[in-house]
Formats: sequence, C-alpha cells, structure tokens
Amino acid sequence: MIEVLQYGFMQRAFIAGIMVAVTCPLIGTFIVLKRLSMIGDTLSHASLAGIAAGMLWGFYPFWGALVFSILAAILIERLRKSFAGYEELSNSIILSTGIALAVVFVGLAKGYNADLMGYLFGSIAAVSKQDIYIMLFLSAVIIVSVVVLYHKLFYISFDSEGAQISGISVSFLNFYITLLASFTIVVSTRIVGIFMVSSLLVLPVATAMQMGKGFKKSLFISIIFALIAVIFGLLFSYYLDIASGGAIVLFSVLMLIIVLIIKPGKEA
Amino acid sequence: MQESVLKGRDITFKFGNNIILEKCNFDIYKGDFSVITGPNGSGKSTLLRICLGLLKQQEGTVEIYGKSIDEFSNWKSIGYMPQRVEAFNPRFPATVEEVVKAPLYSESAFFSKNKEEINNIVNKSLSSVGMEKYKKRLIGKLSIGQQQRVFIAKALANNPTIIFMDEPTAGIDNKSEKKFYDLLYNLNKIKGITIIMITHNYADVKSMANRIFCLNNNTIDEKCEAAEGSSI
Repeated sequence: MIEVLQYGFMQRAFIAGIMVAVTCPLIGTFIVLKRLSMIGDTLSHASLAGIAAGMLWGFYPFWGALVFSILAAILIERLRKSFAGYEELSNSIILSTGIALAVVFVGLAKGYNADLMGYLFGSIAAVSKQDIYIMLFLSAVIIVSVVVLYHKLFYISFDSEGAQISGISVSFLNFYITLLASFTIVVSTRIVGIFMVSSLLVLPVATAMQMGKGFKKSLFISIIFALIAVIFGLLFSYYLDIASGGAIVLFSVLMLIIVLIIKPGKEA
Repeated sequence: MQESVLKGRDITFKFGNNIILEKCNFDIYKGDFSVITGPNGSGKSTLLRICLGLLKQQEGTVEIYGKSIDEFSNWKSIGYMPQRVEAFNPRFPATVEEVVKAPLYSESAFFSKNKEEINNIVNKSLSSVGMEKYKKRLIGKLSIGQQQRVFIAKALANNPTIIFMDEPTAGIDNKSEKKFYDLLYNLNKIKGITIIMITHNYADVKSMANRIFCLNNNTIDEKCEAAEGSSI
C-alpha cells in the first residue's frame, strides 16, 4: 500500500477515490430511497456528451461534463412535470439525448481515443491536479449541502407529502438532489468511469440497507462499504493493470453478495 | 361564539371532465372531532388534500384559522397522518426516533433546536402514544397498529392544534383499532386537539365524533342520515 502511494498519480487516484467513496453513497442514499436509481445513468450519459464536446472543441472535458449534467438535471425536473404520472420518461428522454449527442460529438472528433476510454471505464493514471481541485470543490458542496439539509432530505425521502404540508419546499429539494447527483457524477467520472458511476451510487446503499439499521447508520455504513470497494478496486487496478471503474464496481458487487449470504432474510 | 379552524366555501374540484367535488361548504370549529365519511371514490381524500394545500380546487375557498390556504403559514400547528399504505415503504431504513423527529426540522433554521430539546420532544410524543420503548426499532419491523401509533407521535411532535387523518385505521386489527380510537379520544378531549378524520368505519367512530360529514354525489352534507347504523 505504502509502495503504491509513492507515485504521484496513485496519490491523486486515492484522493479522488476517497471523494468518490464519500459522495456517491451520500447522494445515492437519497436517490435510492426516493426510487430515482435511474437518474445516475441519465446524468452520466449527459455528462458523456459534455466530455465529448470538450474533446471536439478543445476545452477541458470536466467543464463540459459539469455543464451538460447540470443542464440535464434542470431538464429532468422540467420534463417530470410535463409527464406527470410517467415521470421516469424524463430520464429516458435525457439519457437518449445524452448518448446521441455524445455519439455525434465523438464521431466529429474523429473517433475514440485513450482519453475517452479513461472517461468511459475509469482510469487511475488519468487524474490530474486540475481534476483534483474541481473534485474537491464539488465534493465540499455535496457534503456541506447534505449536512445542512440532512433532516429535510430525510423527510422528503420518507414522506414527501408530510414534508410538503410541514412547509418544506419539496419540489426545490427534489431538484437540488438531482443537481447534487450531477455533481457526484462529475466527481466520480475519472475514477469510476461513466458506464459504472451509477453503480457506485446504488450498490453501497443497497448493501447497507441489508444490514437492517436506521437511516443515519445505513448512510455511514454505505460510505464504509464504498471506501472498502474503492481502496481495493484501486489497488487491484494498479497491480493487475485493469480499469479502476470495473474493479471498484466488482468489489461493491462482491460485498453485496457477501452481506446477502451472511444476513439471509435481514431486510431493511 | 365558536372559533372556526377550517372553513370551506363552494369548493369545486374537477379531474378532466369529471366533477369530483361540487360547491362543498363546511365549517369545523376548535375542539371538534369531525369525521368525513362516504363511499369509495366520493372525493373524501381529494377534499382532505385540498384542505392541506396539496391539491388546488378550481373554484371556492379554503381557510385555516381565518386565513386563505395560500396565505396560511403556520403549518407547524397542523399535524397530518396519511393513509398507512401510502405513507411509507415498510423497507425504508428508518428508526421510530428518526420518523418522529422528521417534522421538527421543517422550519429553515438549521440549529433552531438543540439535541436535548429534540430528544425531549421525541420522548414526550412517543410516550403519549405508549411507544417510547420502541424508539430505536426500525419502523418497518413494527406491527401495523404500532406503526399507526408512531405516525400519531410524528403528527404530535410539533404540538399541533389540528390533526388531519386519512383512513388512519386501514389495515389495523380490531384490538389495535380500539386502542387507537381511545388514544384519539384522549387527544381530543384532554389535549383539546381538533381532529378531522376520513374514515369508512362510521359506526366505530360515531360515539366519539361530534361532527359527521357525509360526502355523496360530489357534495358534502352534515346531515348524514345515509351513514346511520353501519359502516359505509
């Protein structure tokens, strides 16, 4: 472990990984419990269009990912209102649009390259200092938001009607959670990859829910599971020269399987 | 003169071309134990949701404590107990304590109450429904009757003066239902909380309620002879 940390790129990968492990379950818990698991895929595909746009027009792809995922968050909320009763359609529409734009931009940028593959599947060697600064800023926004709004976010997840009656602006907080999810996607893209980032929003939370604990404890347990998956995933990625995203998600799946075997019938 | 806590005037609500409520008028006074009954699909839950500002009527007005529902801001004084089946997913990972605590943070001030004050309110609310020893248990692991008591404790947490209830005894066994009604009777008679309850089981609550409203043919009527004698 210490030997691995002698390299600058691995230090950056671990710093980025820790941010991913904290922010993904933090937002993932609310997303899963509000039954919005699909939103991770939608936002990540929208951010892919932003990354491809950055590669095409030569600006920093992280900015593209951030702008496109924020736009996607806004459009998802608008479309949810237009398709009341069929809200999941808003995810499908934005996801399709994101993929379509990404394919067009990648085509115009003359095809795939190693950098794009890093964004798609995650790469420990790809995290730059600039990436780290942006990730630190976005992670801070996510963590502070959840700490400040924790009780309100819990209430709208548990009983949105009761929360609305008590004076909480449920529609604003729903949008804000989607916005924070878009930040989380951008934070996670480098290490986990666009194809697998939504798994890290969901898997540690699903595993923690099997432990049969209350909300706050489940949230902390999901962060611990994510940290274990990220640390082991990064180490395996380094030693076996495999994509970090795949390794992290496979460790997450492994932990879920172990918990399901050890705790049969213990449902949250 | 009795203090009006909830007033509805000419409330009309349509869903597409279907008229659900038409020109509904009613007054509920401080300390009333009011029951709204009626057949399935008569618009009981719709009326309740309009009174809580969750739905907007096309015509008419609703006033709480003399203020139009759009201007009313003291929602802390309103407790709400939804129909259990719609209230939550029993697999939701939350302890009884976390559920009862939830409405205490609805106002914007993040540090408005200290931890000890919050704990005291939670303990008091839970002990008033006889559920204090279940504080650390998962809500989904309790019986339906116990869950209903926890939801009452949640509704009581902010010390409300009115509690709205939508079919609160749906799915509860007879013994738990009797205990639940005893609890409501005490909240109404001893604490003076105004109760507005939607129920099918008119027969079970008629001895406690001083006001019975019947919703039928899209309108509300306090002379509810059709409901006499048995549950609807």
